[in-house]
Amino acid sequence: MIGPLIPQGIIGAEWSNVSGLVLGMGFGYVLESSGFSSSRKLAGVFYGYDFVVLKVFFTAAITAMVGLLYFSYLSWIDFNMIYINPAFLTSAIIGGIIMGLGFIMGGFCPGTSFCGAAIGKIDAMIFTLGMFVGIILFSEAFPLLEKIYYGGPMGNSLVNEVLGISQGLFALILIVVAIGAFIVATIVEKRVKKVDY
Amino acid sequence: MNTSSTEDRGKRYLNPYFGGFLLGLVLLATMFVTGRGLGASGAVKSTVVQAVNTISPAHVEKSKYYSQFISDDIHPMSNWLVFEILGVLAGAFVSGALAGRLKFKVEHSPKITSRTRLIMASLGGLMFGIGSQFGRGCTSGAALSGMASMATSGFIAMMAIFGSAYMFAYLFRKFWI
Repeated sequence: MIGPLIPQGIIGAEWSNVSGLVLGMGFGYVLESSGFSSSRKLAGVFYGYDFVVLKVFFTAAITAMVGLLYFSYLSWIDFNMIYINPAFLTSAIIGGIIMGLGFIMGGFCPGTSFCGAAIGKIDAMIFTLGMFVGIILFSEAFPLLEKIYYGGPMGNSLVNEVLGISQGLFALILIVVAIGAFIVATIVEKRVKKVDY
Repeated sequence: MNTSSTEDRGKRYLNPYFGGFLLGLVLLATMFVTGRGLGASGAVKSTVVQAVNTISPAHVEKSKYYSQFISDDIHPMSNWLVFEILGVLAGAFVSGALAGRLKFKVEHSPKITSRTRLIMASLGGLMFGIGSQFGRGCTSGAALSGMASMATSGFIAMMAIFGSAYMFAYLFRKFWI
């Protein structure tokens, strides 16, 4: 198994940060090129006039997921060393609800706000500042929020295990779901009134 | 044949499926190199913790939240994410520059003022700052990267964020359409 490189010490600390810079540049470039630097374009998925978020997001998740499965199958990567974000059901749902509100109010999410800021969007810059304040507020209020934060622990849960199916089957199902979503999106986009942005 | 105006040129974006495919490749490469996915809110969190630590290390030590991220064996990913975000800024800048999209402006629906837009943007950021802590990540780190690694947390995040936004969309429609 070659990958993941950094956890196995194949790439040293000095180059680790460089890898962040380079991969980040790829991330930022693709996001901006896809139009994620525009809040009105991003908000389109919620009003039916632009489904770019759905198309890019789903395609990216599936590409990476299938790629990961193939790499694992070819022994190019040790899947067991891939970090799985721990699931805390209560906290994740509460967080998701608050973030969803933030998305519809602000028209950005953290990654896209940086893209917007990078090309001069002042609303994106203000959004980013708001994030700093939000994190500080959360941290200071933590003693009150602690119980929710650790609520509903599920450990490093994998979704295919929760559903009791293999990873390959899950990926296949997700691909079918995505294609269905893309078809619906295309139909809706054609029917919704055009927004000039 | 008409030549495109600067306005039109600025609206040229990648085909979304192609963009998604490229993004997926970047994400895959990131997982291959670091064993983790991409992130965004984490970098802001790291910056906040480092800033507070610089101003008052005692406060960080006493804080039940900040202190979790400042231990001696701090995961190297906290630095990595900051470098990643610097890269995001650079990459987005280059993309915007090549497409002719560099411009200082407050992007807003013609039905609201710039002022309203900026107030909403700051509130949105505030929500994301708070929400991303509960969610242990945002759309990039928790949802996108989580989904790619088949983490249950990724799918919970994805459904909660987008479900919630769709729920609130009608309420805020006047700000967008």
